[in-house]
Amino acid sequence: MTQTTADSPARRQRAQIKERTLRTDQWWRYPLVTFIIFTAFLVYSTWAIFDTSYFASPYIAPYASPCLATSCPEGARLFGLAPFGDWYTLPPGLLILALPAGFRFTCYYYRKAYYRGFWLSPPACAVNEPHGKYTGESRFPLILQNIHRYFFYAAIVIGLILAWDAVLALVEKPVGLGTLILVVNAVFINLYTLSCHSCRHITAGRLNHFSKHPVRYRAWGFVSKLNAKHQQLALISMFTVVGADLYVRLVAKGIVNFPFA
Amino acid sequence: MSYKAKFRVWRGEGGEGKLEDFTVEVNEGEVVLDIIHRLQATQAPDLAVRWNCKAGKCGSCSMEINGKPKLGCMTRMSTFSEDETITVTPMRTFPVIKDLVTDVSFNYQKAREIPSFTPPANVQPGEYRMQQIDVERSQEFRKCIECFMCNNVCHVIRDHEENKPEFAGPRFLMRIAELDMHPYDVADRKDAAQEEHGLGYCNITKCCTEVCPEHIKITDNALIPMKERVVDRKYDPLVWLGNKIFKRSSSKS
Ligand code: SF4
Ligand code: SF4
Ligand code: FES
Ligand code: FES
Repeated sequence: MTQTTADSPARRQRAQIKERTLRTDQWWRYPLVTFIIFTAFLVYSTWAIFDTSYFASPYIAPYASPCLATSCPEGARLFGLAPFGDWYTLPPGLLILALPAGFRFTCYYYRKAYYRGFWLSPPACAVNEPHGKYTGESRFPLILQNIHRYFFYAAIVIGLILAWDAVLALVEKPVGLGTLILVVNAVFINLYTLSCHSCRHITAGRLNHFSKHPVRYRAWGFVSKLNAKHQQLALISMFTVVGADLYVRLVAKGIVNFPFA
Repeated sequence: MSYKAKFRVWRGEGGEGKLEDFTVEVNEGEVVLDIIHRLQATQAPDLAVRWNCKAGKCGSCSMEINGKPKLGCMTRMSTFSEDETITVTPMRTFPVIKDLVTDVSFNYQKAREIPSFTPPANVQPGEYRMQQIDVERSQEFRKCIECFMCNNVCHVIRDHEENKPEFAGPRFLMRIAELDMHPYDVADRKDAAQEEHGLGYCNITKCCTEVCPEHIKITDNALIPMKERVVDRKYDPLVWLGNKIFKRSSSKS
């Protein structure tokens, strides 16, 4: 039933409340913690990309893998290949950086986290954002976030390469702390990759008749379980990759130096 | 056990109004809506509040309690400390009729803009055959009680009134996802989701999921899958090429 006051002009206005939010809990903690952790991650990554001690046989630092330039030490090259010749003098990590970086940057979880923590859009639920205008991901540049699935394909390859690095370490130095660290990192990186929303979609999310595709449906069930933990896997794998990378560099620099290092 | 609680309730008509202070009795086991009713019965007989079931199932009593969208009937007083002042306001995204009652017709308007379930022309009523696993995903979305707290909290329209014409809000983008995933729906939902209903405005910050009283995973299970389906249609050259080569007429597979 239409109420008789439906057209009264007063009804077109929201409650005029000047407070940005009336929340009384510590809503600023999530964006603040996100900001601090991500900033630290960016600072470390910038340093690591230019740091040259990325190889301590048989360990290769994840940020430098695959190592594709002639400047890479023999044992660090992927299958001994060095498609980038002498002319390439920049750090080899830069060659592949865009892939894992792009994967994380366009990841649905990271998007949520940095839209909240860095862009404050919104800083927290029911807390006004400080921007006058908002178009979200509906137009350039943020519409480009839609290329996420291509980074996912690349991330599968990178994940396999990191797993291969871990296997090599396992073969050459089965009893080594570095081996253990590389294995743990490879596991979490690959779990993170598999739990991706694009992966869930490609597996079977795009289908409407699960019953006609029983194998894909089961794979979808598995990926969906991982996907529910996507945020946790994104964060854990971020810590393991930094941990593994730093550890290899410390071994390479001789700072970490004991028999089972 | 009963005690006196401090309440601040927004009172006014249209948009004009202010927070009014009350001290009111609270008994064990009560919820915020009970206290609002006690205020009506004892101190503010003209205090307006919408409610119906008192069981978290009708979606009428949506309000903001200490700044968070909540159902008044499902928010226990025991979750607050006794010396805390509890602030109750109407939902901020919709125009106020009076006190805690907002005009939610924006939502009904948006619901009408979505074409209804469209079965294939050659399937007669009674001929639908669906397996449980084919409809399971959509069933999660059917738990919705239409409290509209997700649309209320979504910053796309909460902070930007001007986006209202372009944006259906999480509740109705979820409705589009529900239909698009339906094995017997043949209408084109993907282009419409992006171009007419504003799916691109959502930046997946998950506030809708945070406030949903039915715990529907709106963002993970409806909005992101829908964004991925739109990518298939509009932004993925490989899928486009595959569809051309294999002559799949639509991506309803
Ligand atoms: S996830 Fe999207 S629809 Fe949901 S509240 Fe955030 S921006 Fe709005
Ligand atoms: S999806 Fe959840 S929050 Fe949104 S209207 Fe339905 S029940 Fe309410
Ligand atoms: S959604 Fe996070 S990696 Fe794809
Ligand atoms: S009164 Fe029905 S949901 Fe609260």
